[in-house]
Amino acid sequence: MAAHPRRKTPSLRVRRDAPVWVQAIRRGDPFVWLTGSALTASMLMIVGILLLIIVNGMGSMWPKELVRIETDEGTPFLGQIERRETIPGYVEEGGGGERFLMRIANRDLYGIDFRWFDESEVVAREKPEDALVAERLEWGPFNGFLVELRLPGETIAADGIWDRFQREIDAAHDRYGRIEEVEEEEVGRINEEIESARLAIREIELEGIADTPEGRRRIAALREEVDRWTAEYEQLRERLGELRRADEEYRVVLRSVRGEVRDYAISHIVRAYRPNEMGIPGKVGIYLSRLWEFVSQDPRESNTEGGIFPAIFGTVLMTLIMTIAVVPLGVLAALYLREYAKQGPIVSAVRIAVNNLAGVPSIVFGLFGLGFFAYLVGGAIDSTFYPERLPSPTFGGGGLLWASLTLALLTVPVVIVATEEALAAVPTGIREGSIACGASKFQTVTRIVLPSAAPGIMTGAILAMARGAGEVAPLMITGVVKLAPELPLDGTFPYLHLERKFMHLGFHIYDVGFQSPNVEAAKPMVYATTLLLILIVVLLNLTAIIVRNKLRDKYKTGAFG
Amino acid sequence: MDRTIIEDEPRVSRPTRETRGHELELEGLPPDVEKLDPAVEVKELSLWYGESQALFDVNMRIPERMVTAFIGPSGCGKSTLLRCLNRLNDLIPGVRISGTVRIQGEDIYGSGIDVIALRKRTGMVFQKSNPFPKSIYENVIYGLRIDGQNRRSVLDEAVERSLHAAGLWDEVKDRLKESAMNLSGGQQQRLCIARAIATEPEVLLMDEPCSALDPIATARIEALITELRETYTVVIVTHNMHQATRVSDYTAFFYLGNLIEFGPTKKIFQKPDKKQTEDYVTGRFG
Repeated sequence: MAAHPRRKTPSLRVRRDAPVWVQAIRRGDPFVWLTGSALTASMLMIVGILLLIIVNGMGSMWPKELVRIETDEGTPFLGQIERRETIPGYVEEGGGGERFLMRIANRDLYGIDFRWFDESEVVAREKPEDALVAERLEWGPFNGFLVELRLPGETIAADGIWDRFQREIDAAHDRYGRIEEVEEEEVGRINEEIESARLAIREIELEGIADTPEGRRRIAALREEVDRWTAEYEQLRERLGELRRADEEYRVVLRSVRGEVRDYAISHIVRAYRPNEMGIPGKVGIYLSRLWEFVSQDPRESNTEGGIFPAIFGTVLMTLIMTIAVVPLGVLAALYLREYAKQGPIVSAVRIAVNNLAGVPSIVFGLFGLGFFAYLVGGAIDSTFYPERLPSPTFGGGGLLWASLTLALLTVPVVIVATEEALAAVPTGIREGSIACGASKFQTVTRIVLPSAAPGIMTGAILAMARGAGEVAPLMITGVVKLAPELPLDGTFPYLHLERKFMHLGFHIYDVGFQSPNVEAAKPMVYATTLLLILIVVLLNLTAIIVRNKLRDKYKTGAFG
Repeated sequence: MDRTIIEDEPRVSRPTRETRGHELELEGLPPDVEKLDPAVEVKELSLWYGESQALFDVNMRIPERMVTAFIGPSGCGKSTLLRCLNRLNDLIPGVRISGTVRIQGEDIYGSGIDVIALRKRTGMVFQKSNPFPKSIYENVIYGLRIDGQNRRSVLDEAVERSLHAAGLWDEVKDRLKESAMNLSGGQQQRLCIARAIATEPEVLLMDEPCSALDPIATARIEALITELRETYTVVIVTHNMHQATRVSDYTAFFYLGNLIEFGPTKKIFQKPDKKQTEDYVTGRFG
């Protein structure tokens, strides 16, 4: 080969002849900054919204101190200061000063329980040691002072009344719990018996044998049964009435800051505390007790107080049923698309259609779910299996099953796409290895391909769960209600009641936040519920991620895969 | 169909130095291919991938219980031919085949052939080791499991026999339940060999089994192939001509989809009949 002429080689040293910013551009630094700040902006927004929710959600249950103020009109108020702000507008027109929102409570006395006060109209303020907050089953909290306890046979107004009051609250809760138990179990049982007898009569009528001697005899027997149960119900109601009357004899007398005196049944007091004389441990105790009430109890006062347990339960159950429905459906569909269908324009079109399905507004899925599942399928089920209950629908209206299936439909594209990708990532080598061992296509798919793709399929399931658990719009019309009288899972056969309406955290947020008559009282509930929904989604996802990682360890394909 | 049942005929024993053909000029040559019983008979085999033809009228008799090597430059059709022998090309859409391939006299492309049964009679080892993401134990007995064999004693016996034959038993006998993915590259390839022979196939197809391995692992596999020819008919595709001379009894040279020359390895490498073969084996090919 001919020798090349020697070339002058450029220096390898960094050129420092240009200004610093030119050098930075040459190195490509601005692009790094751009990408970095995009990430930072996204992170800040996410962290910001999480912080907002956590602070407001967690803080709302902390017992605040009671302040007694007197306005220039001479009216005293007792309440907790919720927040303060600068009065908008010009100073000449009365703006510029401060005002604060106070929870004055006692809705049964004042009609409202939140009120704005201008700082300028307050002439006196103090924190009375013995001021108490009594949270009631009805009418929200009562802010005021303890006067006396009227128990059967004794009236206590002297020293030690506070401790006695606390003990009486506990005792009253036990009593009240027992009454409620009787109510729920026995009354529920009797109602069920009466209902089933009524349905049996209706069934006989539908069969058209009501006029035959046999039919008449059976109907008469059933009517007799209804009468017997009705009599028992009357007895039970009397007994319950007695128990209630006995319970109502335990009363507490409270006085508001304006001197109005009211007495309440102790069993209607959820808890009472004196925030001004409490130390940190006592406040923590109240905080925890409220937190526990929040996650374990039914809602009260049109959802603005009490707990959200039915909504938690409904959300989790619905997400699980949805996952059970969506994963097999999506995996099977993806298997056909990737493994069996002849790849070509039609399959590509189907794939594009599936991907686009994820972009259809969720309310459209809701409408479809209502029309197809509830009215068509559910209606058919009702007229076939439950004709005696018509016209009131069993499966023919919204319910847990239809809501779950609607969400499954909504999230199936996610599962299909994830599964397809996972299937495509299974190395050709191990497929051919399996085929060459004499395995059929089916054996290869079930024994080699699916296990190898399992982690990817789990990823799809996780995404579907996250999407499904947070969805609200389609649920509003397929079975979620503001207040469900019963949980979809209970002790009566068949235990899991898929036809029942249920509560859902996402809808609960909407309902409490925007449909509530008492917006200020509902606000903390909205934050706390949001926080809980996020926590549940995180928990469900974490579980799925742990399962996926286990699978990944088990089926990892090595470097030589 | 002229289906000969070879099983009933006396087998020609493996050639040794005592039975070498005296009519050939080279020392130590095995007998001519035509004189041996064929395990696989390929007749006028042509193959198309869609419109492009990859094999042109290939005719060859692959002798029983011998090692036959396929050599040739990339894209010459040697792997394609190998994959015709267990009909693995069926998996590729758009493949068309004409001609016949007979294994033990049966036309595997004939009508009424159970492809699954065919693949059980032809084990295959791939270029990249492809253990399944399962335990070592389950990898070896995969072929038996899919046959519905679940008897512990049979499976245990198959695992030990196959791993012994693949020279892997001593290294893995204490960790059969561990994932096969934790083995080294060479061990994985030997595991794949064990998996291929666990079902006791008649023909063992190897598609460049050592190309991803280091020289030590390669030497082990080559020693293994030499042992396996006592029991199996081995067909090996290789890019490495030294490997072909080391392990094979017969060598077929392919070029652009044509079988150029097929004969005893020594002859192909030392005194080939065709100029093209000579150019290739001496490295003058270009």
